[in-house]
Amino acid sequence: MADLTSDFIGIKSPNPFWLASAPPTDKEYNVRRAFDAGWGGVVWKTLGEAGPPVVNVNGPRYGVIYGADRRVLGINNIELITDRPLEVNLEEMTRVKRDYPDHALIASLMVPVNEDAWRDILHRVEDTGCDGVELNFGCPHGMSERGMGSAVGQVPEYIGQIAHWCKKHSDLPVIVKLTPNITDIRKPAQAAKDGGADAVSLINTINSITSVDLDLFAPEPTIDGQGAHGGYCGPAVKPIALNMVAEIARDPATADLPISGIGGVTTWRDAAEFMALGAGNVQVCTAAMTYGFKIVQEMISGLSQWMDEKGLTDTGQIVGRAVPNTVNWQDLNLNYVTKAVIDQDACIKCGRCYAACEDTSHQAISMSEDRVFEVIDEECVACNLCVNVCPVEGCITMEQMAPGAVDPRTGKVVEKEYANWTTHPNNPGACAAE
Amino acid sequence: MSRNALTPGIAAGRLAPQDYAENFSDLHPKLDDHEALVAADRCYFCHDAPCVTACPTDIDIPLFIRQIATGTPEAAARTIFTQNIMGGMCARVCPVETLCEEACVREAAEGKPVIIGQLQRYATDTLMEKGVHPFTRAPETGKRVAVVGAGPAGLACAHRLAMHGHDVTVFDAREKPGGLNEYGIASYKTVDDFAAREVDWLLGIGGITIETGKALGRDVTLDALREGFDAVFLGIGLGDVNALGLEGENRDGLRDAVDFIADLRQAGDLENVPIGREVVVIGGGMTAVDAAVQAKLLGALNVSLVYRRGRERMNASVYEQDLAASHGVRIITNASPVAIHGNGALREIEFEYTDDDLTPTGQTFRLPADQVFRAIGQTLTGDDLPRLDGRKIAVSGAGRTSVEGVWAGGDCTGDGEDLTVTAVAQGRDAAEDIHESLTKTG
Ligand SMILES: Cc1cc2nc3c(=O)[nH]c(=O)nc-3n(C[C@H](O)[C@H](O)[C@H](O)COP(=O)(O)OP(=O)(O)OC[C@H]3O[C@@H](n4cnc5c(N)ncnc54)[C@H](O)[C@@H]3O)c2cc1C
Ligand SMILES: Cc1cc2nc3c(=O)[nH]c(=O)nc-3n(C[C@H](O)[C@H](O)[C@H](O)COP(=O)(O)O)c2cc1C
Ligand code: SF4
Ligand code: SF4
Ligand code: SF4
Repeated sequence: MADLTSDFIGIKSPNPFWLASAPPTDKEYNVRRAFDAGWGGVVWKTLGEAGPPVVNVNGPRYGVIYGADRRVLGINNIELITDRPLEVNLEEMTRVKRDYPDHALIASLMVPVNEDAWRDILHRVEDTGCDGVELNFGCPHGMSERGMGSAVGQVPEYIGQIAHWCKKHSDLPVIVKLTPNITDIRKPAQAAKDGGADAVSLINTINSITSVDLDLFAPEPTIDGQGAHGGYCGPAVKPIALNMVAEIARDPATADLPISGIGGVTTWRDAAEFMALGAGNVQVCTAAMTYGFKIVQEMISGLSQWMDEKGLTDTGQIVGRAVPNTVNWQDLNLNYVTKAVIDQDACIKCGRCYAACEDTSHQAISMSEDRVFEVIDEECVACNLCVNVCPVEGCITMEQMAPGAVDPRTGKVVEKEYANWTTHPNNPGACAAE
Repeated sequence: MSRNALTPGIAAGRLAPQDYAENFSDLHPKLDDHEALVAADRCYFCHDAPCVTACPTDIDIPLFIRQIATGTPEAAARTIFTQNIMGGMCARVCPVETLCEEACVREAAEGKPVIIGQLQRYATDTLMEKGVHPFTRAPETGKRVAVVGAGPAGLACAHRLAMHGHDVTVFDAREKPGGLNEYGIASYKTVDDFAAREVDWLLGIGGITIETGKALGRDVTLDALREGFDAVFLGIGLGDVNALGLEGENRDGLRDAVDFIADLRQAGDLENVPIGREVVVIGGGMTAVDAAVQAKLLGALNVSLVYRRGRERMNASVYEQDLAASHGVRIITNASPVAIHGNGALREIEFEYTDDDLTPTGQTFRLPADQVFRAIGQTLTGDDLPRLDGRKIAVSGAGRTSVEGVWAGGDCTGDGEDLTVTAVAQGRDAAEDIHESLTKTG
């Protein structure tokens, strides 16, 4: 059996599945039950300065995007950081850590940009016995209007400065949580590293409006006839998060910076994908909010089954395995030629591939009177759209043409040698890209 | 002249050879991957799910369905087998329409439950086809337990005990292990010798010896077992059947439905199984339905199932009743048999209509009958048994009987659930209790 125990920047946990800082980790009651349900660690709901806590809206704070059958694909929220007093949170964290010494407990922090504020809060959370701190530079609504959250995360200099203060005033491992609401994610990651942070975590939520109430003419969720943009998360943001994780992992300047992957992790597979692209562990919020804490059991069983099948014994062996294969477009082999092939036994004759290819791709699928759909190799550019829209898994596959064969579309022999954009003779841009 | 449906009397070979294969093929073949994924997608992963509550073995249904949805049916199978080592058979034979699927919230929402039973079969078949036994034995404890009866109750008990490291010997009176899985369940629910294959697979845990042809009361005594073993579990099912109490009941052509089914299940070649042109089945439970449907599938021309009370009182579920009707079985209710007619051989059977309190109405009718199958319930047999409660072995807690060191479970106990899945649950729970008592005292 694969060993799921995880060591992330020296912080040990029974598995690499942590709950992200959010409502699931808002209080002792939740966190105890989360640990009992199998979660390896939690990042406590973000703490603010001592004094009166923030006040949340008192109307709806979530909006949602559904797939078929009301499957939650993405959630948008306008919630702030914890609205409970700092002292209460600290007491609860202390008790939880005492009772769960082998689970990871991280304090998420967000205070104004001045050294005293950070020093004070660090000293207070240190007393809880927590395993590390995460600096929330990500919330894209509310807190950012007060100069915190993503307002900090969008300015690399602030990130570096605060990371530096934290390392100076505390021995705790420091994780910087990044906002995706920025053009180049490598910049804040670099700043965190330069400031001395031990790791980055990403992504926090994405600026979003999920829907508009067409009677009130106001964005949803609607508060007294008005709405504000919120932060988007859940399965819908996974592709964006995966890319940002890969960007940091691929950049030689930040390649050695540990990453905690966040954004739409819902199944064991999502977790394995984040880890393959360089994340040392993952954090989860929306999946728990949609299905409850028990969801982690599938992540645990699935990851360990897959690791066993792959002969992997340690989660560390997954981390970064897909990074070398994540390249720039110009490195892709243009001599790799494939054609779509439709499995006639699996085909249910819905015609979706035909509509897609005929109307929007390369008119490379034929349709007979009796609804037989076949790929026309002379036309197929191998775009994959038919594969993507076919409702039957594995019905259409992309088959590689053997070197030496003639591609009926181009009339050219498929070359065995690798040739990319910069060398391919067919490509007029060959020199331009040098 | 070859025989056919019209051949009078009782005859074998009424159908063309290929028709037998067709008629007795799998009722619900294993879902393919696509079907399983689509079906799994419908599950809501309910909290404290009602389907789990409705499952006598408490299988974590939302978890295993999610494991199917995420492409790990093997993990799903482990989830199932952790609670129910006969999850493969249960996936085939459980009356899900009155258990998990009846409770499914999508039954409430759309009248179409998640097809839990078929998903369970998909998962368990996937792992079993790989020949994987998902559990390993704890270190041997040196304790020895005797299990009497190799049916679902006995085997579930034996498996759990072996898993805890105890040494188990299973005694069964029959030639083959499996109990009613092997001799009773309708053949179209368990094709390709699944019952036997499941037993072999289950024994993969190790530490279990099966001794067939060994009957309690004939070859071994309860006292000897108590003497020679640290604990005893009785899972002997119901060995006898109720009689109709009619004159001429032992006439040729009139027999117990369970014997007919056992012969059918053990017949190498269904072409050799004789069946009447006119068949009447008396009873209203699963056994009656199975006998009637299989009589029809063997080529009987007319099959009537006659039950003494109203439809709603039938033990066979509405689904089973519909299955019978769809195979052309005629269901007659509120009628009790009163006389058997025929000079020597059976010719007709006479019924009297009754009201719901079984009060005779005086109105009678006759059905032509070459063959009559009795399916009005089974009873416990044997004298060398712990104290009974009514007609079953009295138990308290997790199957503790009146005799120290002797547990019991399955059909021979309880309040008449008489399902494979309850037998498994009781066997498993008794094993846990036995394990606890063995490890406590020693
Ligand atoms: C025709 C028929 C169809 C059925 N269909 C279904 C169905 O579709 N779904 C469902 O859930 N349930 C069904 N059932 C009920 C189900 O088969 C039983 O509830 C279940 O098999 C009970 O398991 P058990 O282990 O208690 O007993 P059994 O399966 O009866 O096993 C008892 C075992 O003990 C052995 N034995 C008996 N006496 C002795 C003795 N003195 N010494 C040694 N060994 C002994 C027997 O040989 C047998 O192997 C059906 C039952 C019948 C009769
Ligand atoms: C309601 C809600 C509140 C959140 N609050 C915080 C917070 O206080 N601090 C923080 O760092 N992230 C917060 N997040 C962001 C999550 O921690 C996480 O980064 C994001 O939801 C992406 O992960 P997911 O797709 O698994 O949900 C919040 C998210 C949601 C949905
Ligand atoms: S791969 Fe693209 S071009 Fe080829 S058949 Fe499919 S949709 Fe058409
Ligand atoms: S259907 Fe009922 S139980 Fe389910 S989410 Fe809605 S209100 Fe809650
Ligand atoms: S009740 Fe139905 S939908 Fe809910 S968990 Fe069970 S199978 Fe899934």
